[in-house]
Amino acid sequence: MKLKAATLYRWFGHGWLGLGYLFLYVPIVALVIYSFNDSPIPNVWRGFTLKWYTALASDTEMLAGLWLSLKIAFLTACGSVVLGTLAAFALVKYKRFWGRTMFSGMVNAPLVMPEVVVGLSLLLMLVSVQRALGFPERGMMTIWFGHLLLGMAYATVVVQSRLMDLNPQLEEAAMDLGARPHQVFWLVTLPMIAQSLVSAWLLTFTLSLDDVVLSAFLSGPGSTTMPLVIFSRARLGLNPSVNAVATLIIVVVAIGVVAASYFIARAERQRQRDMAAAAKG
Amino acid sequence: MATSSSAPTTAAAQPAFLQIQNVVKDFSGFKAVNNVSLDIAKGEIFALLGSSGCGKSTLLRMLAGFETPTSGRIVLDGKDLADLPPYQRPMNMMFQSYALFPHLSVWENIAFGLKREGLPRDKIAERVEAKLKLVQLTKYAQRKPHQLSGGQQQRVALARSLAKEPQMLLLDEPLGALDKKLREETQIELVNIIEGVGVTCVMVTHDQEEAMTMASRIAVMSEGRFLQVGAPGDIYETPATRFVADFIGNVNLMDGRVTEDEPDHVVIDCADCRHYVGHGITGNEGMPVTVALRPEKIHLVRHRPNDEFNSVAGRIKEMSYFGSFTVYHLELKSGATLKVSVANTQRHRDEDFTWGDDVWAHWSRSAHVVLTS
Amino acid sequence: MQRLQHVFSGRGLVIAIPFAFLLAFFLLPFLIVGKISVSEMETVSFKDLVTYSDGVLALTLKFSNYVFITQDSLYFKTYIASLQYAAATTLLCLAIGYPFAYFLARARATLQPALLMLVMLPFWTSFLLRVYAWRGLLTEGGWVADLIVDLGLDQVLLAAGMISSPGKLMHTPFSLVLGMTYTYLPFMILPLFGNLAKMDLRLLEAAADLGATPWTAFWKVTVPLSKAGIIAGSMLVFIPCVGEFVIPELLGGPETLMIGRVLWDEFFSNNDWPMAGSVAVVMVLLIIVPLALFNKYQAEAQERH
Repeated sequence: MKLKAATLYRWFGHGWLGLGYLFLYVPIVALVIYSFNDSPIPNVWRGFTLKWYTALASDTEMLAGLWLSLKIAFLTACGSVVLGTLAAFALVKYKRFWGRTMFSGMVNAPLVMPEVVVGLSLLLMLVSVQRALGFPERGMMTIWFGHLLLGMAYATVVVQSRLMDLNPQLEEAAMDLGARPHQVFWLVTLPMIAQSLVSAWLLTFTLSLDDVVLSAFLSGPGSTTMPLVIFSRARLGLNPSVNAVATLIIVVVAIGVVAASYFIARAERQRQRDMAAAAKG
Repeated sequence: MATSSSAPTTAAAQPAFLQIQNVVKDFSGFKAVNNVSLDIAKGEIFALLGSSGCGKSTLLRMLAGFETPTSGRIVLDGKDLADLPPYQRPMNMMFQSYALFPHLSVWENIAFGLKREGLPRDKIAERVEAKLKLVQLTKYAQRKPHQLSGGQQQRVALARSLAKEPQMLLLDEPLGALDKKLREETQIELVNIIEGVGVTCVMVTHDQEEAMTMASRIAVMSEGRFLQVGAPGDIYETPATRFVADFIGNVNLMDGRVTEDEPDHVVIDCADCRHYVGHGITGNEGMPVTVALRPEKIHLVRHRPNDEFNSVAGRIKEMSYFGSFTVYHLELKSGATLKVSVANTQRHRDEDFTWGDDVWAHWSRSAHVVLTS
Repeated sequence: MQRLQHVFSGRGLVIAIPFAFLLAFFLLPFLIVGKISVSEMETVSFKDLVTYSDGVLALTLKFSNYVFITQDSLYFKTYIASLQYAAATTLLCLAIGYPFAYFLARARATLQPALLMLVMLPFWTSFLLRVYAWRGLLTEGGWVADLIVDLGLDQVLLAAGMISSPGKLMHTPFSLVLGMTYTYLPFMILPLFGNLAKMDLRLLEAAADLGATPWTAFWKVTVPLSKAGIIAGSMLVFIPCVGEFVIPELLGGPETLMIGRVLWDEFFSNNDWPMAGSVAVVMVLLIIVPLALFNKYQAEAQERH
C-alpha cells in the first residue's frame, strides 16, 4: 500500500511537470511548424516551404525594425548594466543615506508597474521637456530612455543579489594589502561579479528587444521597432511572415541559452571535481 | 598574589613598538572596546583572548584600520596611526576565512600586495618564490584557491600576509577553520614561521589552548576591557580575578575567610576545609576571599593524610576518562563539588578509583592562589 | 559646501547618478502625469494651472476627469474587471505554478539545471510572438481549439461563462486569461522555485519523525515556509496584469475590456491626454497596496542576506 502511494506521487509529479512543459512549449512548437507551412491560413497544412523566409529578406519594414531594435537593445543593455551596478552598489554598500527607502522603491517599482503607466508618464515628461528645451524629439533616444528605466530595475536585481553573496572580507583583504578603494573595485569586486554583469546584460538586451508598450508610447515617426511592426501585423490577423521571424528568433535564443547552460554546468562540474581532489590532499 | 604586567617582560628603555593608549570604540552607546591600553614589544607574539563579543575582534580591526577608535591613540613605531586608511598601514592581516581571491592563482594572490607597491617584476617574483618556499607550497603556485585543501589555503593566506614584510602581522582566529588534528600541527608550524621571520604579531582567538601555545603574552578580554595581561604561565598559575581563573583551564573556586594573617603565611577557612597558604597576602584577618585551586594540583589518596590543612574528604560522584588523564568530581561534605585531575601514569593501576569511593584529596602549601575579586 | 563635496566623492557619485536618473525618469514623470490629469487641454497644449492676471491669482484644477471615472459605470466596471482578471490569472498561475515549482525543486539534482533552463527558454523568447501563437492555436481549426472542442470542454467553458458560443474560443475571457496565465507563469515559477529549492529538507524529516503524514507536513511546514516565494510570485503576476495591454489586445475581445486598453485608447485614439493621465493615476492608486507589499518583500529579502 505504501509503495503504491509513493509511486502514484512520483507519477503525479512527473505528469504535472510534463504537462507544464507542454503548456509552455506548445505555442513555440506551433510557430516553428507553421513557419514552414505553404499556406496563408496557418491551420491548414499544405506543404513544406521556405517562401516565408525568403520573403523576409525583402521585407524592408521588418528588417528596418529589426536593425533599430538591435541598436536600441544594445544601448539599453550597456546603459542598464552601468546604472544597475551603481544602484546595486548604493543599496548593498551604503546602508544609510538620505532617501534610501525612496530610492529602493523607485528602483524596484518598474519591475512590476504596468508598462502603460510607465510609458504614458515618461512620454508626458519628455514632451514637457521638449516644449521647454526643444529636444528630445520622439524617436530612438526617447525609446532608449524608457527601456533604460525598465532595464535598470532588472539589472539592479541581478547584480544586487550577487553582491550580497560576496564575502566582505575579500574587499577588506585587498585594502589591507594596499589597494585603494577604486583598485579594490576593478581588481577584486568586478572580476567576482563579472558573470552577473553578463547575465544582466543579456537579460536587459532581451527585454528591450521584446518591448512593445514602452516603445509604442515613446516612438516617433520613422522609429518603428521590430516588436511594433509585428504587433501591428498581429493585430490585423494571422500573418505567416511573423512565424518566420519568430522561428528565427527562437532558434537563435535556443542555441544561446542551451550553449550557455551547457558551458556553465560543465565549468561547475569541473570546479566540484577540483574541490573534491583538493580535499583528498 | 596577583600580578599583572601591561609592559613587556623585557624592560626596554625606549617606548614599546606598538602602543595602544586609552582606546575606546563606541557603537551608538554600546562600548565594544572600553578604554584599553597596552604596550607590545617588537618581535612579540601577543594574543587577545576572550569569548565572542568581548571586543577582541573590534580591537584588531582598529589596528588594521577597518574601524576608527572613538577616542584614544594607536602608535606604531612612534607613528600615530589615526586617520591612516588600511591600505597605507604597515601591517597585514590574515583573515579568519582566509579571503583568498578566487579568481587569482596562488602566485597572483601572494603577489597582489607587492604589485600595489609598484615593485619591479623581478623583485616581485623573487619575493613570491621566497614566501612560497617558506610555507612549502612552491608546487601549487599556479593553482586556484578552490583547488586547495583548507590547510593549504591557510598557508597561502599566511604567505600573502607576509609578502610585503610588514612591521606587524595581525591574525584573526588563525586556526578556527581547521580540525583538531590539523590544528595542533599547524600551531607549531605557524609559530616557527612567525618567529623565524621575526615579525611582531597580534592574534585574536577564543581558544585558550591556541593562545597559550602560540603567544608569548596574552591579554584576557571581557566586555571591552582587559582583565589580565601577562605570559601564559602567569595567567594560568596566578590569575588576577575569579573570572580569569575560571576562564582559563579548569579551576576549583572555594569561598572562605581569612582566619590567620601573617607575613609569611595565611590560613583561610572554607566550608569544607582549611587552607594553609605558604605566602603572605595583602589583606587582613576576617577578609572574605576566594581560593583558586587547579584540579591537577590535587592528589587523591584512600587514607586521611597527616596535614590538618589543605585536605578534604569526599565521595567520587562523577568520573570523566580522557585517555591521558581522568577528571574526578568529588562531592564534599557541604555539597560542593571538587574537580581533581589525575594523570594516567601507569597502564593499569591497582589503586584505580571508581564511583562511590570515599577518598581524600590533598594539595601542597603553594598550590593555591588567593583571589580577592 | 560640505554637502556638495560629499556628493562628488566616490560614494556620493555611486548613489547620486542612479538616484538622479530615477528622479528624472521615474518620479518626475509621475508628478507630471498627476499635474496633467487635472489640467484643461487647449488644442495641443495645456492651460497653466496657476495664472495671474489683473491682480488675481487663480488655480485651476480640473477634476472632471476623476469625477467622470468614478461616476461612469463603464470605467468603474473596467477597473473592477481588470482587478478580477488579474486576480484570476494570479490564482491560476499559483495553482499551476506551485506544484510545478515544487516538483522541480524535488527533482534529481543532476537534472535540475537542465529543467530550469527549459523553463527559462520561453522566457527569453519574445513574449509577443508566443502570445501571437495562441491566436493561431485558439482560432477555429487551431490545434488547441480542436482539442478542446473534441474533448467537449467548450461546453464546460460555455457553462462557466468564459466563452459566449461553442467552438469560438478566441477573443473571449477564456483566451484572455489563458494568454495571461501562459505569459506570467514563469514569473510565478521562478521565485517559488528559488524559495522551495533552498528549503531545508531535514525539516520535513523532523516533521515525519514527530508523526506528521506527508500531506500534513506539506501544509504545515512547506507551505508556510514558502510564503515569501508565494507573495513575491503573486505580486510579480498580479500588479503588471492589472495594467496589461498587449494580451487583452491580441487575445481579448470587446467584452474583456481592461484598463490598459482604455488608457491606450484615450491616448492614441481620442488624443485626450488629461483623461489618459487620470486613468493612469487611478490605476496606480488601485495597485498601491500590492505595490507597497512587493516593496516590503524586496527590502526584507535584502535584509535576510
